[in-house]
Amino acid sequence: MKILRYLIQKEFIQILRNKALLPMMTILPIVQLILLSTAASNEVKNVDIVIVDLDQTESSRLLKRKIIANNRFSLIANPFSTKEANQFLQANKADIALVIPNDFEKDFLRREKPSLQIIANAINGQQATVGSGYLSNIIYSFNENLIQEYIYLQALNKKQKENPIQIVPRNWYNEELKYTHFMAPGILAELTALLTIVLSAMNIVREREIGTIEQINVTPIKKWQFILGKLIPFLCVGIVLLVVGILTSKIVFDIPIVGNVGLLFGYAIINLIAVLGLGLLISNFANTQQQAIFVAFFFILIFILMCGLFTPIDSMPKWAQYFTIPNPLAQFVSVSRKILMKGSTIWDIRFEIFYTIILAIVFNSLAIWSYKKQE
Amino acid sequence: MRIENKNIIEVENLTKKFGDFTAVNAISFTVKKGEIFGFLGANGAGKTTAMRMLIGLSIPTSGTGKVANFDIYKEAEKIKKNIGYMSQKFSLYNDLTIRENIRFYGGIYGLSKSEIKQKTEKILVDLDLKSVANKLVDSLPLGWKQRLSFAVSMIHDPEIVFLDEPTGGVDPYVRRQFWETIYDAANQGRTIFVTTHYMDEVEYCDRVSIMVDGKIEALDTPKNLKKQFQATNMNDVFLKLAR
Repeated sequence: MKILRYLIQKEFIQILRNKALLPMMTILPIVQLILLSTAASNEVKNVDIVIVDLDQTESSRLLKRKIIANNRFSLIANPFSTKEANQFLQANKADIALVIPNDFEKDFLRREKPSLQIIANAINGQQATVGSGYLSNIIYSFNENLIQEYIYLQALNKKQKENPIQIVPRNWYNEELKYTHFMAPGILAELTALLTIVLSAMNIVREREIGTIEQINVTPIKKWQFILGKLIPFLCVGIVLLVVGILTSKIVFDIPIVGNVGLLFGYAIINLIAVLGLGLLISNFANTQQQAIFVAFFFILIFILMCGLFTPIDSMPKWAQYFTIPNPLAQFVSVSRKILMKGSTIWDIRFEIFYTIILAIVFNSLAIWSYKKQE
Repeated sequence: MRIENKNIIEVENLTKKFGDFTAVNAISFTVKKGEIFGFLGANGAGKTTAMRMLIGLSIPTSGTGKVANFDIYKEAEKIKKNIGYMSQKFSLYNDLTIRENIRFYGGIYGLSKSEIKQKTEKILVDLDLKSVANKLVDSLPLGWKQRLSFAVSMIHDPEIVFLDEPTGGVDPYVRRQFWETIYDAANQGRTIFVTTHYMDEVEYCDRVSIMVDGKIEALDTPKNLKKQFQATNMNDVFLKLAR
């Protein structure tokens, strides 16, 4: 235990004395956090639309007004033919074209179910699907309103009134669907994992490069002491970054903190131990810092792109979903959202805790095992 | 007087192979307690590899060996408690101060706080480093760095000290100074196992072994070696063997 103290003390002196490392650990991640959480948005806010109104009636104009009134759509042009509308899509000037056919109003009043055509420019799949989703919703409610009016007129005659079923969605845990609420904790988890894995992956191999590891290897130090002596200082760095990051997110984005922050940090410690174990494992196998960085980035990229932050885990192929279980970042993102936004308790995140503990044990045992004092 | 009639290193048929290449080929020798044992050889002759097997950094391919009465296969960690090692690569932390380096190595050898304090004072006074104790090691001249790392390698009072080309790259005056500290250490009863390239340094050793292509070709006192090879100095002996 006493030996461990000296190892940790030395590591802290080195971290604090490194002029490049300190800003890298504090200022840069905060800048990234603010920048990425605001910019990296999946929300589709502006859909460029062209509307071809072949009907030119009261109803068709009403529908058009309804669409334009919605601030997500900007009307680019009113071409007179489908062909012309296609040219707008071709030139990438519009995301969606809506074609209102000739006998739209007439068919509607005759209850012949007129059909509208939506042509979406699916080069940007997200824009296209979400955009046509919005559009369908508007058309649906337009439809409902018309039918209701129509039924109402009929009902007046029959002196009775029908109430069609209405769907009112409510977004639980993030009532206003604020994107930053959802992104900031996830991005913070990513940045912390990135920083700690890089720091730890570079560390042991750096000692190998400068030759100090040899001097340590001729001492009777135990392997676990050495690994723990590396792990604890970087764990502290990770925690500090998390504290600063959560404070920043609270101040800048006013993210909700519904659950127990202590529980979040308790979980974060287990998670960081797992990530650091992987970093140290990489460091043991690398001969140069360059190798270590490349391998670390291989893992980091997979972790980040498959953590459920940018693409929902539920929409991944089945095999990929299983792949997110040994991904500490996916567990972290899930837990941070559950605790911060939903107020989940320890029982709600038991699976994440369980998987992460297993990861921490596996990575760190491998790190201790692969650290060779003797060749 | 200084040298006791007791073997502190015993090696028999020690061999290390890297794939097809035999770096150390069945070497056998003994070192007596208190001896200054010179380990000579051309670059790539296998000196460092042989030394690394003795200090528990490298597992031998075959052969047997005992260092400080501990088996080099099974008791490498016990050997490490009883030996000091100074590698040819400078191995103190450049980004720590002199005092912090001494404290760190004292700490990982399990010395108590008061022992570390006492050792630090002694090293700083002996090496005349008191005025720069809180400066980064990086700022020291090479000669001072090497004397410091020699002192640090003995912080836990080891029975044997292994020095791998300790005087590489320093001027003759500093080398002379360095050998004085080696003698001091030997006079305190430590066994010194030293590899070197400098033939003048060889004359300071009690016994010398010369390695050529992984084998020990000669082993005796410098005086006897010169007689055996009919040479006027160790340089000629070395050239005759290593060619």
